[in-house]
Amino acid sequence: MSKFSGLGGRLHSGETSIDFIGKRRRWYALSGLLIIASIAALSLQGLHLGIEFKGGASYTVTKAGSTVAQAESALTAAGITGENIVQLVGNDKVRIQTGSLANDKSNALQDSLASTFGVSVDSIDTQIIGPSWGKEITRKALYGLIGFIAVVMLYLAMAFEPKMAVAAIVAVIHDVFITVGIYALVGFDVTPATVIGFLTILGYSLYDTVVVFDKVRENTRSVTATSKMTYSQAANLAVNQTLVRSANTSIMALLPVGSILFVGAGLLGAGTLKDLSLALFIGLATGAYSSIFIATPLLAVMREREPAMQALAKRVNARGGSPVLATTGAPLSDGGSEKRGPRNQPKRKGRK
Amino acid sequence: MSTSNKPVKTSARPGRTLVVLALVMLALLATVLITGATAVRLGLDLRGGTSVTLQPRIAPGENGKVTTEAIDQAVSIIRQRVNSLGVAESEVAAQGSGTNRQIIISIPGDTGRRVVELVGQTAELRFRQVLATAPGTASAAPTDPAATPAAAVTPELNAQFAALDCTKPENLQGTGSDNADSAIIACDRNGGAKYILDKAEVLGRQVSKATAGIDQQGGNAWYVSLVFNDEGTKAFGDITARVTSLPTPQNQVAIVLDGLVVSAPRINEAIPSGNAQITGSFSQVEAQDLANVLKYGALPLAFDRGEVQQVSPTLGADQLNAGLLAGFLGLALVLLYSLLYYRGLGVVSVGSLLVAGGLVYLLFLLLGKWIGFTLTLAGIAGAIVAIGITADSFIVYFERIRDEVREGRSLRSAVETGWVRARRTIIVADFVSIIAAVLLYFFAVGGVRGFAFTLGLTTLVDLLVVFAFTKPLTTYLARLNFYSSGHALSGVSPKSLGALSHATKEA
Repeated sequence: MSKFSGLGGRLHSGETSIDFIGKRRRWYALSGLLIIASIAALSLQGLHLGIEFKGGASYTVTKAGSTVAQAESALTAAGITGENIVQLVGNDKVRIQTGSLANDKSNALQDSLASTFGVSVDSIDTQIIGPSWGKEITRKALYGLIGFIAVVMLYLAMAFEPKMAVAAIVAVIHDVFITVGIYALVGFDVTPATVIGFLTILGYSLYDTVVVFDKVRENTRSVTATSKMTYSQAANLAVNQTLVRSANTSIMALLPVGSILFVGAGLLGAGTLKDLSLALFIGLATGAYSSIFIATPLLAVMREREPAMQALAKRVNARGGSPVLATTGAPLSDGGSEKRGPRNQPKRKGRK
Repeated sequence: MSTSNKPVKTSARPGRTLVVLALVMLALLATVLITGATAVRLGLDLRGGTSVTLQPRIAPGENGKVTTEAIDQAVSIIRQRVNSLGVAESEVAAQGSGTNRQIIISIPGDTGRRVVELVGQTAELRFRQVLATAPGTASAAPTDPAATPAAAVTPELNAQFAALDCTKPENLQGTGSDNADSAIIACDRNGGAKYILDKAEVLGRQVSKATAGIDQQGGNAWYVSLVFNDEGTKAFGDITARVTSLPTPQNQVAIVLDGLVVSAPRINEAIPSGNAQITGSFSQVEAQDLANVLKYGALPLAFDRGEVQQVSPTLGADQLNAGLLAGFLGLALVLLYSLLYYRGLGVVSVGSLLVAGGLVYLLFLLLGKWIGFTLTLAGIAGAIVAIGITADSFIVYFERIRDEVREGRSLRSAVETGWVRARRTIIVADFVSIIAAVLLYFFAVGGVRGFAFTLGLTTLVDLLVVFAFTKPLTTYLARLNFYSSGHALSGVSPKSLGALSHATKEA
């Protein structure tokens, strides 16, 4: 532990510096690949939607020694055909999922299950979702997403600067894409609880980005006056200085979410807790990644295009570089028309 | 990094802030004990019960628009039906806004199937001729109407009528199951009278307008005026022409909503014009109420079952235990990690988390009492997730303190300058969390709301705790020799943090 604290000190002073911004293309490429994979998975496989979105019914019977065969015979007895899913949950539960059922069919199935398994009708946990319900919650979730992005962007633009808001939102969209992609790829069930998880990721991811940006702003406030560092270098130092915090925050956030996932998936088998924490777990990990590797480099690139920052980069370069080196200002493929900062250090890494 | 070393104001009296916080918590505790809110209200998914979400819409084959008023009407119809079940703590509430509102019905216990059937019926306003009437209590022997039964009254119906006891709550349940094409028995909405009613002759949708008014000349009496559409004008003209010459009570026309008689005015004359007035000894409220029933009940609303969830008490208990277990496990891991990583400073984070946990629990108790807050599984998840956010506030602060120590400051000074910088970050970051929670709350349905609510609440508590507990406590501890001398286990030892000495840094 104390060694790690020592690392924190070296990161803070700039003695140890990881060049996040200079190597941004590597991370962009990685994220680009992940996003393409996500889109491919989404379009090829699609999301595995729970009955809440497509309508249907789910019945869970709790009785030790229940078998799938018993449940299937109960379905047949109730005269319910079609695509039914029967699965064992935990060691004493069996769950039956059917398509949309009319009220009388649903009652017939409950009765049939009760008599097959020898339990009372009231002890069968039932969930029935109307066919139009899914549309309603999908629509609401979408409105929530749009409203959230708009409000937060406005707030961040006011609290920080507009470019920070743009960079933060890009990072959030990145996180949602990748998380959704993982869901499509692995085929996890998407339920309303998953959607809650997705929406919470937005908050988390932004929260993380906000903390990093706050440090970036502090470091870059007087950057043009001192001419010691370029904007990118100052931003890179900020990322390094908040690295220990980012790591600790992610660990501390993942610990409780991990315990919900453990209890939800391990003890309950399935349901709200598992769906929610799985989405959070994946989203938290991508959120921590994006605030360091995506949001800050993006911000630096946007700011470096400003004339003042280019002039600064020239001044810093003229002084022969600074103690904290980063390969900054490398021309972007689409923005190479203007003259840029350090021309003579395309490949240099951090000092150590 | 050359900001001034001048002491920040808040550092002067760390003890006072802590005492104020302790008093606030004591006051909350006292309120809890006085109001008797000693148990957190649990949601149905944690104690078992049935919840039904209904989406009101126009019945199939009908025209019209679902208006906000129509949904209000629907909520009161459903509430009436649910109350008739007589299950304690049943709740009917509208959620959402405008015409997209849903009606959420929560009923604890094992009543699942009955509820689902009861609430899914279409509600429609109908006008029926009164064939017989009697006081609301059950009568042992058939009373006078039996002597002169109208043609449509079968002996069975008459017997049912005699047995009908309108003082029992289950008979005051509205059902849409009353058949429009046959005679029925029905109770007055207040249970004071019972009726045998003929088949429905005029339907609610044939009413085009209903208003309450006051008769300036006739002694300021309140009345309700009705306007029928073409179809309704003819039907109402027919029924009034037929019954007006009949003896009481058969010259009355009952206005029936959802199987209950709202009003049964006597028809004084045939009304072929389609404009009618109902007069009587109405109070203003009664007249307006009747006008509303006529106006909005005119729309036959059907109720789409959006979601029906029936949780057995066994599963509820399982979910509660799992949620609590996950909470304790998560909290324990976070506490352990902060002690391992932050050593002496970890004590602050342990204390802060415990204070935050205590505050949240007290608020759960009180909000349950005050605004009917119920804790659901999603809500528990929200609170657990918030442990991370709360812990992060401490991390931001602690890392700032350590940075300041690395810059060569003394601990006492680092605690203050670090706070000034961390404070801003914490406020901005928590504000983003709160925005997220508020938006989730307003855009979401069902369980999501519980999650958003606890997430928002705990974030607010986090802000309070960081300002009123974490900061003063840290200031206080910084004065102790164990911390200020930079003990290896204090978590702020300049040596292990790799601090620069003053000389090199300030060069």
